[in-house]
Amino acid sequence: MSEKIKFGRSKVFFETFNRRPGPIKKNMHYCPGCGHGILHKLIAEAIEHYGIQENTTLIAPVGCAVFAYYYFNVGSISVPHGRAPAVATGAGRANPESYVISYQGDGDLAAIGFNEFLQAANRGEKMTVFFVNNSNYGMTGGQMAPTTLPGQKTTTSPYGRNPETEGYPTPVCEIVNALTAPVYIERVALTTPGRVAAAKKAVYKGIQNLKERKGFSLIEVVAPCPINLKMDASQVNEFIEKQMLNYFPLGCLRDRTGEMENGKLPAPVIRDEEEVRKVLFPVRSEHGVAADFRNTSEFFNSELRVKIGGFGGQGVLSLGVMLANMARLRNFNVSWMPSYGPEQRGGAACCAVTVSRGAIPSPIIDRGGNLLIAMTQAAFDKFIPELREDGILIYDHTAVKLPQLPATMQTYGVDALAVADEKLGSSKFANSVLIGVLAAVLAKNGMTEADQADFNRAFAEAVTEKFGRKPGAVEANLKAFEAGKAAL
Amino acid sequence: MAYNKRLLLKGNEAAVYGALLAGCDCYFGYPITPASEIAQAAALLFPKLNRTFLQAESEIGAINMVIGCVASGRRAMTASSGLGISLKQEGMSYLAAYEMPAVIVDVMRGGPGLGNIGPEQADYFQVVKGGGHGSYRCLVFTPNSVQEMCDMVYQAFPMAEKYRMPAYVLTDGVIGQMMESLELPEPVGYDYDPEWKMGRRVNGEANVITSIYMEYNDLEALNHRLQDKYALIQRTEQSVEEIAVDDADLVMVAYGISSRVGQGAVQVLRDKGLKVGLIRPKMVFPFPTDSLVKAAGHVKGFLCLEHSAGQMIEDVKLAIECKLPVRLCNRMGGNLLTVADVCAAAETMLKEL
Repeated sequence: MSEKIKFGRSKVFFETFNRRPGPIKKNMHYCPGCGHGILHKLIAEAIEHYGIQENTTLIAPVGCAVFAYYYFNVGSISVPHGRAPAVATGAGRANPESYVISYQGDGDLAAIGFNEFLQAANRGEKMTVFFVNNSNYGMTGGQMAPTTLPGQKTTTSPYGRNPETEGYPTPVCEIVNALTAPVYIERVALTTPGRVAAAKKAVYKGIQNLKERKGFSLIEVVAPCPINLKMDASQVNEFIEKQMLNYFPLGCLRDRTGEMENGKLPAPVIRDEEEVRKVLFPVRSEHGVAADFRNTSEFFNSELRVKIGGFGGQGVLSLGVMLANMARLRNFNVSWMPSYGPEQRGGAACCAVTVSRGAIPSPIIDRGGNLLIAMTQAAFDKFIPELREDGILIYDHTAVKLPQLPATMQTYGVDALAVADEKLGSSKFANSVLIGVLAAVLAKNGMTEADQADFNRAFAEAVTEKFGRKPGAVEANLKAFEAGKAAL
Repeated sequence: MAYNKRLLLKGNEAAVYGALLAGCDCYFGYPITPASEIAQAAALLFPKLNRTFLQAESEIGAINMVIGCVASGRRAMTASSGLGISLKQEGMSYLAAYEMPAVIVDVMRGGPGLGNIGPEQADYFQVVKGGGHGSYRCLVFTPNSVQEMCDMVYQAFPMAEKYRMPAYVLTDGVIGQMMESLELPEPVGYDYDPEWKMGRRVNGEANVITSIYMEYNDLEALNHRLQDKYALIQRTEQSVEEIAVDDADLVMVAYGISSRVGQGAVQVLRDKGLKVGLIRPKMVFPFPTDSLVKAAGHVKGFLCLEHSAGQMIEDVKLAIECKLPVRLCNRMGGNLLTVADVCAAAETMLKEL
């Protein structure tokens, strides 16, 4: 490192601060005696020393350092109050090659943004946080901060901070030290040349950790704010040495970087269009039908509305999904609407499936139903008014007691759970039994022979799609389907 | 290889396919019913393409992660329901001020307060009017099907990038939760590298992104620029579906699930010989003013179908400058309008006009 950098201006700073409005372009906006200037200089030198200026991103907080981008010639953004670690997370995840610095004050980090800060620390984001603790809100005029000392007077604690009502100074480093992920935690001060030298070492360490992608580093800087504390330079140093450091002891709380390998970049994002297709587009089923395939049975020409109701856990929703998938595989438009709202949590479950060659207006079935599958009395009672007088009812005859129904309505009682249990040894195949029952019912209601055979194929395809990797499951469901056809 | 682009998906899942096919790099989100399947599908699919899924600590965290990602010149999405959207409003205001694109999906549920998980459309004000501080707007797409959940997320990215502003995809619990068959769009060729991204060197200076303008005239100039942009969008980007409007005596106006119920009602009413049509905004910012003004030339009135206390209806009245009667047919609290409700309201209105 050259003498020039030690005593001059780091090349990471702009020559002139043209981004600063107003006539003053050579000096920083910070007050006389403020600690930000010293810390800025140390950070700029460290960025230059490690040669990472090109890829460094500086997240500027709300507070006195909101204008950090006047000075640093690195990628930067000024962000909402307290949110710098979340923005830094997004920046680092989106661009893993960048070196992300979050620069924050005590109000920003330890009050309004404490959650964002702690969560980023706990995730071990690969970032370095510089935390300036000067015991008050500088930008807004010296209000009480989370780091204000007991008894300390500020503009919002004019009688002194009362720990009984306002608590105690927040020990940020010590709290972070309770987390597992962070790799480096140190608290430094700027009161004497010796302290500044130690601070410089810590700042360099923090930037080195960034370059080596070690993980989350925190450097807390106990800094002077003489203007808002209404002190001169020696008074503020004495205040820090004699009072602040009692609450914020200096030193390295953790350094695990020696024992760690350098961090690695994640695998590059897959953007190639064919690779994206491979991941997102399912491979066309060999059983699939041509785009112009049409089932010929007359009833397929009008919109078909199916309601299925029962208890949660009976497979009501998945039965609906299976029917919807069969229809999709045969080029129908289809909608599936689950019970949704309070009843979803109350044990009852239902879903509506609409199948149509045309556009489906509302996916909600509240009238004009063609088919009701009712597994419980409650579902029957609730949904039977929606069924057309010439509709079809399939119901569990062990659970549902039928009242007098219109003579035009067809009713088929079946205990699908018992059939599945008896023929397949498990009631979990009841859904496939019910679809078998439906196949038999449709055969009685004008489904052409070609479509009857196709219905079997569509079911087999839908089951294969769902259970393709478990051949035993495919076979059992096909058996259950046949058992359902026979059960009617 | 023979791919199958036709799938049966939930609306929420379709939104994630739309995002990935549009070249979205990162998803940041927080669970909430009825939007959680978006985060779940993102958690499943983003890593398969080495893209980032991160469950944020909060909605505030999520929108700020979006800010960080977008500022870095990558594409980002988040999603939530009304309560979470309330929390995101701070970040939305910043995105508008930064003039940065992002896609935010809002699957509306019942409110105010904790409300319930049933479907509602009561986020219209906070989404369409700019729910955060400052005079800003967001693009707002309003899908009413699973296909459109995919397509509109897919379209929202390039449009947000074209105008450098955040885009909402505003839908409801029904559209998010229901499954429908859809056909996936093709993946876009990725060449996204915005000139304004932070850190890009221009004449040796690294770009900065900020929303702070200490000089009053500078901030006023930003505001004028934003308003000019919004006016241009309102003039040129209106998007609407009109059903049986040309000869209608009464036109219903509805988006999202309400428009699906409205379509059912149009069929029933037309079968009865009543001349009722439907204007369905596919975007509500820009608002389809032209379509409404044109219809106002021949209809006797408008009937807004909303699952809220009536929010979009204000924009309908403004669009036609209150020259015709505009009535509301609505349900709230998670209850859904039925085709019968809507038909009854339309028939009553037709009789009384």
